Amino acid sequence: MATTLQPPPIAKLPLGIRRVKQFDSEAPSTGVWVGLAAITMTFAAFTSAMVVRQGSASDWRHFPFPTILYFNTLALIASSITLQIARHRFARVDRAATATYPAVSALYGTLVLGLAFVAGQYMAWHQLRSEGVYLSSAPSSSFFYVFTVLHALHVIGGLLGILYVISKLHRGVLRRNTLDAASRYWHFMAVLWLYLLLLLWMRI
Amino acid sequence: MSEVSTHAAHHAPPQGFIRKNVFSLDHKVIGKQYYGLGLLAVIIGMVLSWLMRIHLVWPNAAIPLLGKLSPNGAPGGIITPEYYLQLMTMHGTLMVFFVLTNVPFAGFGNYFLPIQIGAEDMAFPRFNMMSFWVTFVGFCVLVTAFFVGDGPPLSGWTAYAPLSALPGAGPGQVTGQTLWAISIAIFCVGQLLGSLNFITTTLDLRARGMTLMRMPICTWAWFITSCIGLLAFAVLLPACILLILDRVAGTSFFVPSNLVVSDQLITQHSGGSPLLWQHLFWFFGHPEVYIAILPAAGIISHILINSYRRPLLSHKVVIYCMMAIGFLSYMVWGHHMFLSGMNPFSALVFSFPTLVITIPATILTLIWIGSLYGSNLQITSASLFALGFISMFVTGGISGFFLAQPSIDVYLHGTYFVVGHFHMVMGVAAIFGMFAGTYFWAPKMFGRMMNETLGKIHFWGTFVGTYCIFMPFHYLGLVGNVRRYSAFVDDYLAPLMPVHTFITYAALFTGAVQLIFIYNLIYSRFRGQLAPDNPWNATSLEWSIPSPPPWNNFGGKHPVVYHDPYQYGIEGSSGDFVMQDSPEQIQTVRDDKKLP
Repeated sequence: MATTLQPPPIAKLPLGIRRVKQFDSEAPSTGVWVGLAAITMTFAAFTSAMVVRQGSASDWRHFPFPTILYFNTLALIASSITLQIARHRFARVDRAATATYPAVSALYGTLVLGLAFVAGQYMAWHQLRSEGVYLSSAPSSSFFYVFTVLHALHVIGGLLGILYVISKLHRGVLRRNTLDAASRYWHFMAVLWLYLLLLLWMRI
Repeated sequence: MSEVSTHAAHHAPPQGFIRKNVFSLDHKVIGKQYYGLGLLAVIIGMVLSWLMRIHLVWPNAAIPLLGKLSPNGAPGGIITPEYYLQLMTMHGTLMVFFVLTNVPFAGFGNYFLPIQIGAEDMAFPRFNMMSFWVTFVGFCVLVTAFFVGDGPPLSGWTAYAPLSALPGAGPGQVTGQTLWAISIAIFCVGQLLGSLNFITTTLDLRARGMTLMRMPICTWAWFITSCIGLLAFAVLLPACILLILDRVAGTSFFVPSNLVVSDQLITQHSGGSPLLWQHLFWFFGHPEVYIAILPAAGIISHILINSYRRPLLSHKVVIYCMMAIGFLSYMVWGHHMFLSGMNPFSALVFSFPTLVITIPATILTLIWIGSLYGSNLQITSASLFALGFISMFVTGGISGFFLAQPSIDVYLHGTYFVVGHFHMVMGVAAIFGMFAGTYFWAPKMFGRMMNETLGKIHFWGTFVGTYCIFMPFHYLGLVGNVRRYSAFVDDYLAPLMPVHTFITYAALFTGAVQLIFIYNLIYSRFRGQLAPDNPWNATSLEWSIPSPPPWNNFGGKHPVVYHDPYQYGIEGSSGDFVMQDSPEQIQTVRDDKKLP
């Protein structure tokens, strides 16, 4: 069999891979999906732990939710909307830094609303503390704090991501799929919060 | 044949000692760091096992220096029963987490996965660096437990609650157990970052022509393992968080009501569920077995094909079997809990998929052995350890058939039979995979060949030694020798002491044989014969680049892949193998079965 110096015909290459994929930076998008799978699994584990723990003894204690949680929910949903607006504007404008103002203003909106959510969650914990509902008061309050604190930590991670996106936008080096990946994470945090709110509302 | 890159490099060439060797973004350096950490952990873990074995046989022996390490646990160097359990806990934790997970998966995977798919680095090099250093911090936190107040925890590597959840439950349960839980939580974060990198890299950074089915089997194994790890460590992390909260924040997730510990009624906790910990732990714990064994299975498949000079009977079936094992690993965790007090019907439900999992495992074994027929086997240290892996995997796996049945497990669960089973199928088999990988890939990693004669002496010593240690465990278990006891003196088990003495001598011998390996590794690293690019006449991409590879693997070029990964024994070819990136046209493409 002769050895040739030329690559064989393109037909020998498998279908579906038409170009060199390296460094085309699909990685942020895939990475976020994979990360969200892990986060989903973590919260699923906590959920099953909560169900088991509630059934294991009769010490479950119901307590009223702080009203501010509902306002926080609205803030988080609004932050997702502003992020969508930013994506929409980013898709329309040129990527040069001079033309990024409309997109970046919407991103700042997401940042502020996200911070408002975290601050609001802190106020909710503070209110519960003042009512004598502590982490170790009852299994229900334990799970309430575990769920809300861990979610807030994930939201803070998302805020750092939004800051990263804003800095890239200011420097005019933001890529579309970086923004998409950050948005996907942020929207997931909103959906996760709605799930947690429903879960806690049903159980507590 | 490769294309010159027109893209920007993934990251700039490293400058300075720190960036090159310590906080490196290079997946190869990170892989070696994981390997080094695993080596350190395995040495500590092995010394701990020696201490346990010596104490079992000579319970009153004063061990030099041990008294200084732990004046309470080993006064005058004589190990107390509690300290025996503490040593056992640290041995298990170090070995399972920091050796069996670190080396075959994170170590070799980090080094070779990107190269084998033709990538310049991992998808997220910074996350990759973080994953190692986070793991290192976890290791340091765990080892710190040796040096605090009442020493390391004694609740076993499974840290069953409520023993693990109550600070007053025994020596080591105050600070040591908290350090344990924090260490494992940190370890989970490191593994999650690593798994995220492995999955994304495999999906997104494959070279042109590198379809999923053209990936080598070990790449597949690392990919499947990272999928398992992503979901398993995502469950252990919440479990550890809840355990830490029970310990330090007064919550009651795992501590039941009316518990009396050391004659004290526990009043600050109530209503918790100890079974909840077991469910969460084993939901991670069983997949962890496959996190340890699948990369080793992938590595030895890769090596065996090279040694057989022919592909396995079916590339695809091997991969599908690994997938099946990975999937089933999530459905069998309850078989660790037959005696936990859960509903007996649950035991039946968990027993069935446990027996089913033997089917893909058996197919894998039959393919490894069946492919030997008609092959041109080359005996090297790597291939010997690969064949040794099959031996250990089969021997340990067969005892799994017994333990999978609840009625038999009731008798055997608390005995040395279980210890023999999991050490062979998970521990020693995975370590054989690590040794095979080391002898096979050291020329690529360090640019120098390891000594083959010393490698073969190391193999035979280790092979015979491990059988001498772990086969008698099965016998001890069958005759009712309980595990976790620190001594059998003046006991109904006293007649079995000669067997224990034999095992202890075998353990000391096998440990001593490892000095040959360490000498070989260090000597070869500096004085070994210089390695050519492709010393084993292998086909996958890691052998197409210099030994050791440059910082950007392919020198700024992008390889193009034309062939399946294992084109050995090709009729009519210019040699007996065709490399994956060779443009040579060949008539037979074995795995496609499309050509006549």
